[in-house]
Amino acid sequence: MTLDDLDFALLRSLAANADQSTKQLGQKLGLSQSATWRRIKRLQDAGVIAGRSLVLDAEKVGFGVTVFLGVKLATKGRVSLEDFERAIGAIPEVQTVDHVLGLYDYRLRVVATDLADFERVLRRRIMTMPGVGDVEANVLLSEERRPGPI
Amino acid sequence: MLDDIDRRLLRLLQADAARGVPELADAIGLTPAKVTRRLDRLREDGVLKGSRAIINWAALGYAVSVSLRITLDKTVSRAFDDFIAGARKVPEVIEIQTFLGRVDVRLSLIAKDLPDYQRIYREQVLPLPHIADIEALMTVASVKSDESLPL
Repeated sequence: MTLDDLDFALLRSLAANADQSTKQLGQKLGLSQSATWRRIKRLQDAGVIAGRSLVLDAEKVGFGVTVFLGVKLATKGRVSLEDFERAIGAIPEVQTVDHVLGLYDYRLRVVATDLADFERVLRRRIMTMPGVGDVEANVLLSEERRPGPI
Repeated sequence: MLDDIDRRLLRLLQADAARGVPELADAIGLTPAKVTRRLDRLREDGVLKGSRAIINWAALGYAVSVSLRITLDKTVSRAFDDFIAGARKVPEVIEIQTFLGRVDVRLSLIAKDLPDYQRIYREQVLPLPHIADIEALMTVASVKSDESLPL
């Protein structure tokens, strides 16, 4: 799919704030409401816009701690990766699971109410999972999302 | 403080941020006016900060995604500020996080393919200031990525 400058401007604007109406977006970009709608529809149909995610203040809803975990599997070959992925993804506090190449096998993003709660999740739910070997935890201090190359 | 109805509202919106007030009101069994009032209050309190479109970079031709774990030279007092200011200027950096732990900063970097990654890595990442050590984790597959909170 070839995108023009207006498509990129639309993407930038929606990635920052998806609550804008097609009317507001159109006014910003100098497009009619229907032309704006058609462009958004085309971006959605092409899978470039994969959805819309809610932005919540994690701390204000009670999740004061976010930890990134690097997990190395101890018994590669003996544990089914599918089983591991299904089980780890089913833990509600685990927000993201990435299968990676490098020092670790998986990268997890985990939320908890506080450090004591995180310890509970780590010990009772993650460390007890079959195949989990070396685990490295880094506590998130700040986070910034960038617009990316568009 | 959030009550059970607030949590249900936020859970519904987390699952699908495009849900409108009438649909939310139906699902929860409140009048649309009451739902609107609650959403307004959640916004005013800074709990609900809006929504953003999720861009699928792979669909735009960015097939490579790498997590760069960086340790900085902390003997330099401005190490974090200088490094982050530099990282912001690299267009392919889509996330910057700072940590307490073995890793100081993590960058999410996307690239069109491996030669493109190598070019960005050599020309734009390695020259960033105060890097003491750098490790790369390349994403093979994203198993779970919704980032929803267990409300």
